[in-house]
Amino acid sequence: MAEPATKTSYQGRMHLMQKEIMGRYFDRLTRAAEHGEGNAVYMLISGNPVELVLAFDMIPVYPEINALQLAVKKASLPFIQKAEEMGYSMDNCAYVKADVGLLFGGRKTPFATIPLPSLILCNYVGCNVYLQWFEHLAEYAGGNLYNLDIPFMRNPSDKPLAADLAYVVRQLEEVIEICERITRKKLDYARLKRIVSLSGETGERWAKIKALTKNIPSPFDAYFDSVTMMAPLYCLRGTEEGLRFFDAVYNEMEEKARLGKGPLPAERFRFVIEGPPPWPYLRTFRDLFSKWGAVAVASTYSTVGGLWEFGFKHDSKRPLESIAEHMLQWNLTNRNFLQRYEQIRRYVEDWAADALVIHSVKSCRLFSAGQGDMREHFTKDLGIPTLLIESDIEDPRYFSEAQMKNRVDAFFESLEHKKILHGTGAGGRA
Amino acid sequence: MTYAAGIDVGSTQTKGVILDERRAIVGRALIDTGANVTRAAERCFAEALRAAAIGREGIAYVVGTGYGRYKVSFGDAQITEISCHARGANFLFPRTRTVIDMGGQDAKGISVGEHGEVRDFVMNDKCAAGTGRFLANAAEAVGLSLDDIGELSLKAKNPVRLTTVCTVFVESDIMSYLAQGKRIEDILGGVHSAIAARTISLVRRVGIEPEVTFTGGVSRNVGMVRALEEKLGMKLNVSPESHFVGALGAALLAWERATKGVSSSDPGVSGQPRPAGPWGPA
Repeated sequence: MAEPATKTSYQGRMHLMQKEIMGRYFDRLTRAAEHGEGNAVYMLISGNPVELVLAFDMIPVYPEINALQLAVKKASLPFIQKAEEMGYSMDNCAYVKADVGLLFGGRKTPFATIPLPSLILCNYVGCNVYLQWFEHLAEYAGGNLYNLDIPFMRNPSDKPLAADLAYVVRQLEEVIEICERITRKKLDYARLKRIVSLSGETGERWAKIKALTKNIPSPFDAYFDSVTMMAPLYCLRGTEEGLRFFDAVYNEMEEKARLGKGPLPAERFRFVIEGPPPWPYLRTFRDLFSKWGAVAVASTYSTVGGLWEFGFKHDSKRPLESIAEHMLQWNLTNRNFLQRYEQIRRYVEDWAADALVIHSVKSCRLFSAGQGDMREHFTKDLGIPTLLIESDIEDPRYFSEAQMKNRVDAFFESLEHKKILHGTGAGGRA
Repeated sequence: MTYAAGIDVGSTQTKGVILDERRAIVGRALIDTGANVTRAAERCFAEALRAAAIGREGIAYVVGTGYGRYKVSFGDAQITEISCHARGANFLFPRTRTVIDMGGQDAKGISVGEHGEVRDFVMNDKCAAGTGRFLANAAEAVGLSLDDIGELSLKAKNPVRLTTVCTVFVESDIMSYLAQGKRIEDILGGVHSAIAARTISLVRRVGIEPEVTFTGGVSRNVGMVRALEEKLGMKLNVSPESHFVGALGAALLAWERATKGVSSSDPGVSGQPRPAGPWGPA
């Protein structure tokens, strides 16, 4: 058969710029690790309060980003196995294992040397494994440990209770005290407000970028290209450099949208995707969709660190409260299942998608639990064709390309058949 | 006369079907896939051609399916066995709304529309429970051939309850029952019952709507047919061609392309000029 004409390319100004600014960020980590420049704060992606850390000139370090970078560079397995040798179970989250293995394996990666932490700030407690991960890190690496207890979004009104908000703000004040002790500096409140204001603008730009994928064709892939934008969003949100990056991305993508250009020669299917990508096989996974002319127009994964497209904006007039609102309400992982359903439904409708793809990951049982019900809900209750596939975010041993390809191919065959039967033709909207 | 062929390269066996212009099966072949998948596809095609007593030049279109579909180097297009089983089952039993396909390493449930289109599907994931491989291991554990265990399982009086549906651990489970002096018939009854239950719970995820057509190599096992029918409380459609349904579906799709060109019932034809893509040059 002919080579598919739909191989994807990651080149483009956005990807090159990201490489440059993230390269500088990783160099900063290496300098901190090798020359003791600055204080590293370990944090989790989910609703991260990076603004507070930046206000003290501390360095945000995300073990999840380090783990996924290892996986992308196909370097995760030896670290995972190192952790398994120490006694971590085969079933344990592979982000945790890769990170623990890395800590004991010298903290050197192909992209940076990871500094030891001054503060281990566990800012997401919805995952008990994550909570224990950071406790293990504190035990192995030393450093101050603070568990920021963020109440889960359990309220049917979709809004956090006033008591929840006050509870989180009080904890943020405690984190400020700890940072003041570590850096021996008082918090510059005006600086924090400036950072929160930059975060607000960055989030707004990000939301505008995401709205561009409503165009047909979509100017970029809201999953495979969005992941390029996620690291700057978490590491550089609240900085001038971060804002410049998102401005440039908006301009590039807006132009592509205006010219009717997309990531593939022809957009034949639009899909929404739930779940994180299989990092060790990112390109292989992308090509499974690209060969069908399938473009992701929205993804829930790109909202793990924050959900900006539905109206949230950091407010510099209420810096701590708005950081707390971001942590409580405006990130995917702290939201309940009904909110997740609603988010996906809106994506399918407002972004005119043909289908939903759920990529379930073995590592994250907490996040993946319920995705079988999710498939049922979207297939049977809403009549949205839904594909559920499974592998892992980090452990290459869980990716079976032949099985994955079979499911993806069969799914798009059936979508194509459906379009023919409905007389819309492949590539047309049903 | 022009002919169309479907080659289904499965994990265990490769099946080939050749159709004539009236969509009658004029040749079929069944061989073990083995280690060389490309060779298996070629050999199977050659055998089917021999059975049909026609030359390669008589074949207007070939569709490859199954896990090894991309190794059908002589194929004009590749289509997954999910679409092919749906099409094949619809051809043999037009009122099919659910297909249960049990192959060497796969168990699938396919919800099928009235045009033979796939509405939804589920498959076993990285676990061979409920597949031919499980039955092969069970047969080996009791020292019988795979062809005999189905018949024997029908004679079970008190089927044992297996503690596992794991294809690897089933052997030790069976050894322990043998050690307890359980009858082989009862052990095999338990084996078939456990796999039927496991498969039905998988297929229920797409909804089991009659008529239900049972396809794939395991559908030749009468014990499995009965175990599924008992648990579902309904008769299954099982064709003498059931082992060949994937290859038949592939041949039907090839036939449509060969005779009609673009067809509205072809899951692989968009009705528009197609960029060179997953279906290969159309």
